[in-house]
Amino acid sequence: MDLSEINFAVLVASLIVASTPLVLAALGELIVEKSGVLNLGVEGMMIIGAVTGFIVGVETGSAYVGMMAAAMAGALLSLLFAFIILIMQANQVASGLALTIFGLGIAALMGHPYTGIKSPQISTISIPFISEIPVLGTMFFQHDLIVYLSLISVLVIWYFLNRMRAGLILRSVGEDHDVAHSLGYRVVTIRFLAITFGGAMAGVGGGYLSLVRVPQWTEGMTAGAGWIALALVVFSGWRPFRLLIGAYIFGGITILQLNLQAIGVNINIALLSMAPYLATILALVVISMSRFRGNRGAPGCLGRSFVKIT
Amino acid sequence: MRQFMKYFSASFLFISMVITSSIAIAADYKVGFIYIGPPGDHGWNYQHDVGRKAVDEAFGDKVETVFQENVPESADAERVMTQMALSGADMIFATSFGYMEPVLNVAKKFPKVKFEHATGYMTADNVSTYSARFYEGRTVAGHIAGKMTKSNTIGYVASYPIPEVVRGINSAYLAAKKANPNVEFKVIWIFTWYDPAKEADAAKTLISQGADVILQHVDSSAIMTVAEEAGVYAFGQASDMSAFGPNAHLTAIINGWAPYYVKKVKQGMDGTWKGAEQTFDGIGAGMVIIGPLSDKIPDSVKKEAMEIRDGIASGTLHSFTGPINKQDGSPWLKAGETADMGTLLGMNFYVEGIEGDIPQ
Repeated sequence: MDLSEINFAVLVASLIVASTPLVLAALGELIVEKSGVLNLGVEGMMIIGAVTGFIVGVETGSAYVGMMAAAMAGALLSLLFAFIILIMQANQVASGLALTIFGLGIAALMGHPYTGIKSPQISTISIPFISEIPVLGTMFFQHDLIVYLSLISVLVIWYFLNRMRAGLILRSVGEDHDVAHSLGYRVVTIRFLAITFGGAMAGVGGGYLSLVRVPQWTEGMTAGAGWIALALVVFSGWRPFRLLIGAYIFGGITILQLNLQAIGVNINIALLSMAPYLATILALVVISMSRFRGNRGAPGCLGRSFVKIT
Repeated sequence: MRQFMKYFSASFLFISMVITSSIAIAADYKVGFIYIGPPGDHGWNYQHDVGRKAVDEAFGDKVETVFQENVPESADAERVMTQMALSGADMIFATSFGYMEPVLNVAKKFPKVKFEHATGYMTADNVSTYSARFYEGRTVAGHIAGKMTKSNTIGYVASYPIPEVVRGINSAYLAAKKANPNVEFKVIWIFTWYDPAKEADAAKTLISQGADVILQHVDSSAIMTVAEEAGVYAFGQASDMSAFGPNAHLTAIINGWAPYYVKKVKQGMDGTWKGAEQTFDGIGAGMVIIGPLSDKIPDSVKKEAMEIRDGIASGTLHSFTGPINKQDGSPWLKAGETADMGTLLGMNFYVEGIEGDIPQ
């Protein structure tokens, strides 16, 4: 065992790449949950994004077009969910689970002719000057466009939720939809928009998986990333920056595990793949025990159907 | 209403009779295949499907082949094989190690159906097993890897710690070490046969730690894609994968199931097929094929690789020839001694020089 063999800068760079799908999907889900809707279909929307992004990427020869198609596919699937729970007033948990199962199945069907094909490449963009800083440059400034976008969206979403009127309205809808309604806000419309945004973000996360991280299409390739994204939202206490850190920790565990193996450390892999969920449970316990109970971040109306009182 | 039901059931019976009889006369002999992944993986499953198509081609209308992909190694496998047997399959090829128990269970229920199980070790009156000496191919690959590495670090992405995989690592290491005494192996176990994301991450990790040649014992072509991007070398697994890394691809260890499948189906048809047989063939019988060598390999190394291949094929060379010590330094094979079948089939130790432990 020789720790110096691990290239730390490359390790950080690759954990950022490994975590980017998580960051994107979890940010989308954060907005959805802030509006008071629990969408358990993240995994399904991600895989639809992955397969659509890959197909469109291969057919058009452009990974960026593929990425946009991935966002649209995720949004489209989430519209189905939005319709069922907002208009038909169905149970959110059951509908979300159904969305995941549906997405996995339809993605396998769509992707069948596309197994074993190469996808177009997304080139990395090295930011001039700062990418040449020895260690930090490799870590943070030699990535592809989507990684930078994911970091920017963390900032934008934080600003939106905490500094903008529209964000305040979104939060109020999630906190108490009856009050928001009586104040004249369109609860259903706002939730529709939030769910669509969440779907698009999950779609991009999936597309990143099939177009950049692997890059290949395989059945079931999200392999539970959607569930980790869901856990991540809870872990972060519904805060964008904490979410980013959490995603890097969760993604980092996998990469660190591989690095440790390569230098000859024997570790229990089952235990490590359990770690994100374990960390989430621990975080929940800590949050619930803390004295600032009122400030734990979970929206008051999370998961509750909105019935209009006239 | 009753009249209608009468006609309905009568016509239903007639139609189903027509259908069953048409299945029965469609082909004299029906052969089923079950795959653990999609045949489009360009790896393990792809080659089994090549074998299936060879059967189709060899017998034409006389044999009908059916296949089921993505069959999990669980009770699902039992259901799929039962379904195949019920719909008239005469012979079933189960092409993954984990189908062992399901095969034995279904074989008990259908004593007339002949079962062929890949890489397993349990047989029955109507169950035979077959496997390839993939490690012979890895001796050739190991030699090339040892000659081609500049960093003297070779990465190895391994699936599960089972004897077949451990055997491959040892065989590749011994050959690489002989070709280049300074060589060092880094092994990552990912505990799956097929997960492109994990395979890609593992390969990236190995490359970041200095490996410039990657060997793999997992099924997808993701590692080849990563190697091409990073500008290092890799070997195709089970199938030729040069399409995924034209510059990275050195050669491939190709599984050649076609001759075996054709032979076994023929035996099944003319009644000479025997159960409880265990086939373990290598380069000599054409079950392990060394793919075309890349132009990146110098001619002298190409020649050496071909000599090793031919030596193994003719039996003058053995992948495990002593003196070889186990990892802990205790002697395993004396000078000139070759490994016996039993030790190879149950191999659960690294040879001397490989660092790290086999996960338990």
